[in-house]
Amino acid sequence: MPTVRFMEEILLNKPGKKIILLGNEAIVRGALESGVNFVSTYPGTPASEIGNIFFRIAKNAGVYFEFSTNEKVALEVAAGASFSGLKSLVAMKSFGLNVASDSLIPLCYTGVEGGMAILVADDPGCWSSAQSEQNSRPYSYLAHIPTLEPSDSQECKDFTKLAFQISERFKIPVMIRTTTRVAHQRMPVTLSKILNLKSQNQKPKFIKKPERFSTMPPRVFEMKKELLEKIEKIQVFSENSPINQISRGRTSAKLGVISSGISYLYVMEALKELNLNLPVLKLGFFYPLPEKKIQDFIKSFKKVLIIEELEPYLEKEVERLAKDVNPKLQIFGKNLIPEIGELKPETVTSAIAQFTDTKYLIPNTKYNIPIPKRLPRLCPGCPYWLVVEAVKKAINEKDVIFGGEIGCYMLFRNPPINLQDYLSCMGSSVGIAHGIKKATNQKIITFVGDSSFFHAGIPALINTVFNKSNPLIIILDNRTTAMTGHQPHPGAPATPDGIKIEDIIQSLGIKNFKVIDPINQEEFTNTVKEFLEKDEVSVIIARRPCIFVAEKYAKK
Amino acid sequence: MQKNKKVEFNIVILGTGGQGQITLLEVLTEAAILEGYDVKTSELHGLSQRGGSVEVHIRFGKKIYSPLISQGKGDLVLALEIQEALKGFYFANQKTNFLVNDYFSAILGANFSREKTLKILRKLKKHLFLVEASKICQEKLGKDILAGIYLISLVSFKKLIPLKSKSILKAIKKIIPEKYLELNLKAFDLASESEAVK
Repeated sequence: MPTVRFMEEILLNKPGKKIILLGNEAIVRGALESGVNFVSTYPGTPASEIGNIFFRIAKNAGVYFEFSTNEKVALEVAAGASFSGLKSLVAMKSFGLNVASDSLIPLCYTGVEGGMAILVADDPGCWSSAQSEQNSRPYSYLAHIPTLEPSDSQECKDFTKLAFQISERFKIPVMIRTTTRVAHQRMPVTLSKILNLKSQNQKPKFIKKPERFSTMPPRVFEMKKELLEKIEKIQVFSENSPINQISRGRTSAKLGVISSGISYLYVMEALKELNLNLPVLKLGFFYPLPEKKIQDFIKSFKKVLIIEELEPYLEKEVERLAKDVNPKLQIFGKNLIPEIGELKPETVTSAIAQFTDTKYLIPNTKYNIPIPKRLPRLCPGCPYWLVVEAVKKAINEKDVIFGGEIGCYMLFRNPPINLQDYLSCMGSSVGIAHGIKKATNQKIITFVGDSSFFHAGIPALINTVFNKSNPLIIILDNRTTAMTGHQPHPGAPATPDGIKIEDIIQSLGIKNFKVIDPINQEEFTNTVKEFLEKDEVSVIIARRPCIFVAEKYAKK
Repeated sequence: MQKNKKVEFNIVILGTGGQGQITLLEVLTEAAILEGYDVKTSELHGLSQRGGSVEVHIRFGKKIYSPLISQGKGDLVLALEIQEALKGFYFANQKTNFLVNDYFSAILGANFSREKTLKILRKLKKHLFLVEASKICQEKLGKDILAGIYLISLVSFKKLIPLKSKSILKAIKKIIPEKYLELNLKAFDLASESEAVK
């Protein structure tokens, strides 16, 4: 969570002053300089700091902020605010966009009234992600949402402002896509003025315009046409935008490099290292691409190299664009750099060295030693240890299937716990358990976190009751969203007490149900044994606060 | 203030979750800015902080692009635990200095002993600086978490880094929250008096 010093600094209204900002902090600053009124999020690394900071500064900044129950809801509440004329920001990690996508697509059809920026942070290399190594770029095509990709903290701030400008001008939400090494990069950033729209005596109002905000056929086809026309106009804007910039090199008129985001920084580092001065096209827009600018850039080249992380979306676009202007162009990209895992600067340097036939030797690799791996695990004193202990006492691990989800409890997969037979996204463990129960008569225990339960577990639990099966669901209620940095959630809000999970369970008529503090090992063990024999669904709420929030609850 | 601008300096800080790497990164970044350098850093949050290895990078110089250090391009490896120091070899070249906290935290399922680890580290010969920072800070100040601040102060006194001690001191005063500042300043003073400096 941000320090007092930092909170004063991020609100500093001193244009021209330079302060050191993390990429995510720069996004916050960019939103403040754009006069953002409304911010919503569901925490997820590497985007979490954005919500954490607004949670602390919202009041002083005159901004409405909420931790929403999930990313889809976060997007919808921000859309409502934008329909009413406010400037809104929504922040989420990659997987959040999957959850939000159902609302994102029609939102691009309706467009917005007040400016709206959507921050999505991908995590190549899965530093803080379990379920997949997601590249969120295809959502830009799917939803037709203009998408900007900053490389560093200064650009995080500048591109956020640009996103609001584009959004206001074209009445469409704009996505800013970062990755871990952009979101968690620090550098000195030059501040501009913070815009406070409150002082401008602005009165938000939802003005009834069903033709604007209601996506019913036959109107929906017109809306799609309008959306595609907007994108055409934004493409012209992209063609002329300085964030798609060409630096003309001196070394070669026959070779060039195209890159964006963090990869661009590795390209520049590589050119310095190899003492090359190649022409480079840096793309600030991912969608819509400045197609003419790209064609102008590549038309006289013999070879072009596209440096991008994960799947080769830019490379495919360049292949398509080359057909018209330079069909003989040799296109390099994923044949020189990997498609899996994040890029490293030395990988890019090697690729450029190969591409240009330049010598590059990595200085020293003489100590080739096996390095012991230190896997992350539950903190010492974590209440989940007690749950694991009680469960292990109750059953034979070989006889029971264990379902997992995203949260600290995904570490159940690692030694010494080893209680996890499947893991997917938030809320999924209950649905999968129901399916396994319908398919087999094997015993199953699934773990769901408290925040995950509110996020996506409730519909799956209702389904299990309605369609009748009998998994044992253990809701790990540690009174916080622990993994992402102890954010509040509906069951454990900033001001206690919040919505009681037990009220939700009881309202569904679930008979096999207990709330147990896992410190009561015997009761917990006996209940697990008893519930595993039941013919109907059973639920245990294992309630004991995370050691990092325990203090807060003790004070109550 | 701007005289050393030709220098480019790359620091890797290695340790385990909770040893305060991000605070050290903030102090070093601030100190480099005070001396007029361009700076880029990289850090990790979330899952990796749960008792796993945590590696942060700090780069400063005239113009820095990449926040990550390339393989073999590290100038200083600062390790808060001896096994974590082994990860520094990836970034090391013949001239890279290693300042290593002589502190051992066992890794579940690994058969690396303190002795085995030290034997590998000693191959670095004169480029290895092994300091019992956790022990010293625990004994003299009652808190081993101060080892990090002690070590970054020490690198400035030992001139293992092209940043002045007074810049590090200024940065500590800016970055460390007031209620912990006094103890951290004591760690800085302790480093200035260290035998290892002489």
